Amino acid sequence: MDYSVKIGGEAGQGIQTIGNTLARVFARSGFDVFTHQDYESRIRGGHNFFYIRLSDKPVTAVREAVDILVALDREGIALHERELSAQGMIIYDSSALKQAYEKPHFLDIPFTALAVEHGGSRIMANTVATGAVLGILGMGRDILEGIIRDTFGKKGEEIVSANINAAAAGHDYAVRHCRRCAFSVPSVSGPKMLIAGNDAIGLGAVASGCRFYSGYPMTPSTGIMLYLAGRANDLGIVVEQAEDEISAVNMALGASFAGVRAMTGTSGGGFALMVEGLSLAAMTETPLIVALAQRPGPATGLPTRTEQADLEFAMYTAHGEFPRAVFAPGTPEQAFYLTNRAFDIAEKYQITAIILTDQYLADSLWTFESFDPAKTVYTEYRLKGDAFKSLPGYRRHAFTDSGVSPLAVPGDAEHVVVTDSDEHDEEGHITEDAETRVKMLRKRLFKKLPLIRQEMEPPIFYGDDNPRVVIAGWGSTYGVMKEAVDLLSGDMSIGMLHFSAICPFPSTGKFDYLSLLKNAEISICVENNATGQFARLMRAETGYEFRARINKYDGRPFTLEGLKGEIDAVTRGL
Amino acid sequence: MPSPEDYKGQPPAWCPGCGNFSILKTFKEAMAELNIMPHEFVIVSGIGQASKFPHYLKCNTFNGLHGRTLPVATGIRLADHAMPVIAVAGDGDCYGEGGNHLIHAIRRNIDVTLFVHDNQVYGLTKGQPSPTSMEGMKTKNQPLGVLSGQLDPMALAVALDCSFVARGFAGDTAHLKDLIKEAVSHRGFSLVDILQPCVTFNKINTYQWYKERVYHLEPAYNPRDRVEAFRRSLEWGERIPLGIIYRNDRPVMEDRIPVLAERPLVRRSFEPPAVEAALKEFY
Ligand SMILES: Cc1ncc(C[n+]2csc(CCOP(=O)(O)OP(=O)(O)O)c2C)c(N)n1
Ligand SMILES: [Mg+2]
Repeated sequence: MDYSVKIGGEAGQGIQTIGNTLARVFARSGFDVFTHQDYESRIRGGHNFFYIRLSDKPVTAVREAVDILVALDREGIALHERELSAQGMIIYDSSALKQAYEKPHFLDIPFTALAVEHGGSRIMANTVATGAVLGILGMGRDILEGIIRDTFGKKGEEIVSANINAAAAGHDYAVRHCRRCAFSVPSVSGPKMLIAGNDAIGLGAVASGCRFYSGYPMTPSTGIMLYLAGRANDLGIVVEQAEDEISAVNMALGASFAGVRAMTGTSGGGFALMVEGLSLAAMTETPLIVALAQRPGPATGLPTRTEQADLEFAMYTAHGEFPRAVFAPGTPEQAFYLTNRAFDIAEKYQITAIILTDQYLADSLWTFESFDPAKTVYTEYRLKGDAFKSLPGYRRHAFTDSGVSPLAVPGDAEHVVVTDSDEHDEEGHITEDAETRVKMLRKRLFKKLPLIRQEMEPPIFYGDDNPRVVIAGWGSTYGVMKEAVDLLSGDMSIGMLHFSAICPFPSTGKFDYLSLLKNAEISICVENNATGQFARLMRAETGYEFRARINKYDGRPFTLEGLKGEIDAVTRGL
Repeated sequence: MPSPEDYKGQPPAWCPGCGNFSILKTFKEAMAELNIMPHEFVIVSGIGQASKFPHYLKCNTFNGLHGRTLPVATGIRLADHAMPVIAVAGDGDCYGEGGNHLIHAIRRNIDVTLFVHDNQVYGLTKGQPSPTSMEGMKTKNQPLGVLSGQLDPMALAVALDCSFVARGFAGDTAHLKDLIKEAVSHRGFSLVDILQPCVTFNKINTYQWYKERVYHLEPAYNPRDRVEAFRRSLEWGERIPLGIIYRNDRPVMEDRIPVLAERPLVRRSFEPPAVEAALKEFY
């Protein structure tokens, strides 16, 4: 069983509400779920859709074929009817769309009339539609009812029962009228955890002891700030919306200097404004976490769409030479653990760690059994309280073997903590002395860099042991590459390499991924960008050149069929 | 009680005769009289001659980037609101490069004390005009003379309902010391614009020029009258008022954040049970 449900309509019609609710019902029931959101940069009108895939085995990518289309506008039908699978159904409300469709794969359900009749208000039309989808799939209503209670419980019993009745009406209508429906779902046991990339980063920050987050709203990063802001009081976090991204990064540095774990987040344009702050973090050796959620550029680009074109920007931007860490998670689960990793490495080496995602990962919901906080780390690297007090003296930027100087919490002892954006001496005072400059640069860069590189995990390998075809990628393409390998493994010997630790580039010490690539007949680098930035990075870091590249830069993620087709084309005649 | 000597820092690299020397000396005296030890407060500064200030002192120091003093100060204060946070900037630093941050620090009313060493010129980069340079001032960069209007930081701050707005003069240290003490003690955002002669690059606004014009606000002056404060803040040219031009008791940002009620953020330890609870939400 592997079904795809698409809800299409105008912005403001409640597509997200239906989509999120259905995804939660499926996850609580115990199905594997993958969702993707396609939306325009507008609040009302246009055409958006919410895509949900559900299965009884792991699903991690978008499929092109749609089994159930919930059309809230005529555009939805015009755009997506051709995606319908052989058994596919379109449900719609002819009174709302002001048009009736007679073809057999259409089912006209009076969402609004049922909402008024059973729920007492047309607002509940979306609840009717949600119930109808479950009816068509042959699923029960009890889990949906539980979610309705969770969602509306605070608003009182009346609203809860009105929604339950509306959902039941949609469900019953679908069951009674969909004679053609041939869907059936196996029984699975739940619940499963359902989480999107942005929330996983927020949760990862919580699990890492983040105490301060400053940001400026920018799609697709805003979700991280919203997640933390909504829970700040309970979790003891301060979230501040800054006046701009320049302020956001400097506030985070201030908080970090004062002794708390601090983070900021943005997308490309805002990151451009933060660049000077990255350099400041480097010079003052102040730990900093930046979540950078990519969207297509240049400039404002496609604000609500996806791309992987800021890899080089994240790696090389900012003046001066200094180390940084860049992680590119491929799934919400990786986003959670790598956010923890980013915090740990930033604190340990007093550097900036960047978590590089994109709209596709930021907004996509995935299911998991669970995340395990026991697999996260929290180590106190700061010099505090009595340990700081008992020192005979203190120099913030003291030379050490590892290049890492003790980072003290100002005010905890009589020693003062001094740092400077100018080149400085061990105490932190401004200096222009050439010898000190050289020693400081060696300390900050040459001593720390090899230590940081050792911490970078090699790529994950998945597929045939001795693959003839290797596809390689980084970040959000993990899921679609993995399923492509599954799809193709019957026809060819194929495997994939997925990099989520990008900078410093992982060595081959733990896993000789270069030999694997060299032994393959063909290697293909898959990227959601135009010029193959990762392929270029691989060549620069290792001298290895991929034989072929698959690039997509239309602002949309790879689909499973799309990627399979491209791999087929590249490997034809092999 | 500490003595001014306890705040001794590196030897200053300012030009002989610079107004910054007397501000430095006065600041040490004020902090000693306030009984705030070097390790008990932090100075955040930007880039410019003025912003080298904390190096010439002994205190916790974050000497950041040109224009970015206030965001760093805000971050520090939110992380540790038990620590007095003082921001030091030049007029270019704070009113030019960092102008947006000033507006929003005032709006937040974060409890930070900002001293702007206002020499009406860019000192460190050698004599270009600043936002407070007077119209017509000729520099190598402005052979036609400054064409833009002069920024009035006092009027701007009053217009934004800034919690504490004052002007001092480096040539009047007795008065300046009281202002510094008042400003540091004030709860809420304080802006103290300090007229600071630049003996090298500003040949217009000299010690003499200021001395002929400055006057102390009279004892009967009521700094809580915002309309009168706005009128006074506009005074410039023949007569320039020194003293607390405006003050109010607007609620302080730190007081309005429930998370900070119990203790400073930096005093919170890691709480694993919170993580378990946060995880449960996703089922
Ligand atoms: C982003 C950035 N732009 C420009 C400079 C160069 N710069 C350093 S100090 C300064 C102006 C200094 O004037 P002011 O802030 O009034 O301080 P003063 O030296 O007069 O005390 C400038 C433009 C810089 N360091 N950083
Ligand atoms: Mg100046």
